[in-house]
Amino acid sequence: MNKVFLLFRHEFIQAIKKTGYIILTLAIPVLALIIIGVVQLFTTLFEPAVDESTRVGYVDQVGNFNAYLDQGLIQLYPYQSEDSANAALVEGEIDEFFLIPSDFSSLVSIERYTMAREIETPMAKRYAISSFLIRNMLKDEVPPGIIETVLSPLDMSITRLDEDGSVADSQSNIGNIIIPGIYAFLLSMALMFGNNSLISGLGEEKESRLIEVLTSSVSVSQMLIGKVLALGTAGLLQVVLWLVSAPLILDLASSTFGGLLANIQIPPNFMVFGVIYFVLGYLLFAVLSVMIGGIVSTAADGHNLSMFYIMAGYIPLWTFGAFIAIPEHPIWVVLSIFPITAPTMTMLRMGVSNIPGWQLGASLGVMILSIAIGQFLSVKIFRIFMLMYGKRPRAREIFQALKSS
Amino acid sequence: MAAVEVKHLYKSYADVTAVNDLTFSVEPGEILGLIGPNGAGKSSAIKMILDFMKPDAGIVRIFGQPMHESFKDRIGYLPEERGLYKRLTAMELILYLASLKGMDRKTTEERANVLLDKVGMLENKHKKNKEMSKGMGQLIQFVVTVVHDPDLIILDEPFSGLDPIRTASVQEIISDLRQHGKTVILSTHQMNKVEELCDSVLMINKGKTVLYGDIPTSRANFRKHSVRLEAEGSWSDIPGVIEIRPHKGFVELMLEPDVTSKDILDNLRDQGVSINRFEVTTPSLNEIFLELAGTDYE
Repeated sequence: MNKVFLLFRHEFIQAIKKTGYIILTLAIPVLALIIIGVVQLFTTLFEPAVDESTRVGYVDQVGNFNAYLDQGLIQLYPYQSEDSANAALVEGEIDEFFLIPSDFSSLVSIERYTMAREIETPMAKRYAISSFLIRNMLKDEVPPGIIETVLSPLDMSITRLDEDGSVADSQSNIGNIIIPGIYAFLLSMALMFGNNSLISGLGEEKESRLIEVLTSSVSVSQMLIGKVLALGTAGLLQVVLWLVSAPLILDLASSTFGGLLANIQIPPNFMVFGVIYFVLGYLLFAVLSVMIGGIVSTAADGHNLSMFYIMAGYIPLWTFGAFIAIPEHPIWVVLSIFPITAPTMTMLRMGVSNIPGWQLGASLGVMILSIAIGQFLSVKIFRIFMLMYGKRPRAREIFQALKSS
Repeated sequence: MAAVEVKHLYKSYADVTAVNDLTFSVEPGEILGLIGPNGAGKSSAIKMILDFMKPDAGIVRIFGQPMHESFKDRIGYLPEERGLYKRLTAMELILYLASLKGMDRKTTEERANVLLDKVGMLENKHKKNKEMSKGMGQLIQFVVTVVHDPDLIILDEPFSGLDPIRTASVQEIISDLRQHGKTVILSTHQMNKVEELCDSVLMINKGKTVLYGDIPTSRANFRKHSVRLEAEGSWSDIPGVIEIRPHKGFVELMLEPDVTSKDILDNLRDQGVSINRFEVTTPSLNEIFLELAGTDYE
């Protein structure tokens, strides 16, 4: 059997059996379900359901609030005085009452009285009472149509135009960034897992000298290809499992974030570029991990060194807020061409704009070139330094070793 | 055709010359003892033989040709410092590493069971490596090294950490390998094991060969003009003895150039001395090293 396949099978099985891998794979969907659950719990706690039996009394000290007593699920009942409303509340005739002070028009403030424990007025009640007050205040002043307009929230949509003034194929809205944002996050997690696994594996094998046993059986290239492919497949499996669980999570989330999810659009070619950038991103991080794994003596030392490019890879996620605010800034173009940040940055940009062809070409080209150079150097570095234990070579020594080899 | 042939090998790290003009060969069915103090260049030589690193100059031939990937299945290597995949059982580790040597599962299991039985580890074959002691792990790695029936076996300190019974088992397997025409390079600090097991010795110090050849001839070449005597009672002056050097349990009689050991033995018999041991002084490998390198090897 092909030695690369034997290495691949061993490394893949070992990778997916690791506790860290299983926890991370399950953690993402579980975390999403927990967030949805917590949001729904808080919604229930802070916005108790308003049913038909909600009876709200009021004391009108202005003398003008006598119409529109039926506000959907809330029925309003007028009382002559605060004492009579209070007595009705105690007797259970009403669930709560509020006062409309005589100087209401200048204060625009009311006081609610209820026997329920509430931190804040539920949205449904706030809207019903507000609607009742506004309709009564305007009923003799403006036509009914105007009142409805005043009560309706302003719906402001954005239509992006192309340079020739026509409506662009890809429209920018917050819904568009959700899928690329989630994908960028998952991609970063998968790259970090793959990187850590590769460095841990190589570090442990160097520490235990198993690397010598392995390279007495297979070539350095075969060993590294087997490992990189195995961990890449494990990472891809992880992302696939997350994506498969996505419909269930989105279905559950639709009741919580319904309005937002309705706006979700998956940018054109997103899936194709998603796979391409996953593969290229993984390979780039893999060759960097192999270089690190080659020069360090322990896994812990390797993790410390790899933090530099791992953290750099997270820059698009750290600057996500700034990106949403100014999506056309040139810095995002630079980050989508710089190989370490290119996978996540490009996928994020796909959500909000049409990336010019030359930028996509430059991004992919620089990544492929970086991987090719990185692979050449990583095999060389690994071969030179895999047998050096105890002392990490300095940059100058690495350069000299590469030059002389 | 030599199984391993090394000619004028050089290797330097920065300012240190690790291997300096090393030349030797090992024939099929021969066990070569590779000895020398720490930092002598033994590991560097082994790593160049295995093509883990390239020499600065010199030639290494395995089975008559430069090292090639296809030869790896015919080589077994036990590194000095050993580790195992902790999450695997002993048998899983053996099966995996043997598969990389081109072995099928059934044959590996059969051979592994025989070898594990020989080293007293059969009952532990389904035990996870993380649950094993250092010595047990070492025996598993020894089995991994030879399970694929290699033609060339390179063993770096195979006895360190083993109890006398397990040491004897491993020694027996190494002797069996020679009987089957396998070539063994045995790198060790234990000179007595080299003397017991090996056909030839390569002693290196500071990267240079200080002694190379078959063991009986090498030791004979370093014979001193003296005899070792262990006797009861006392004796008067023996003509031809320059000096008597006391050692633990025996004395060494240093002889004049024209006096033979037979002359001394005859004299002692004439004096009626009860002799328990009388031998021409043949130095141990450690004594030879002391003489050659000017420092105590062990």
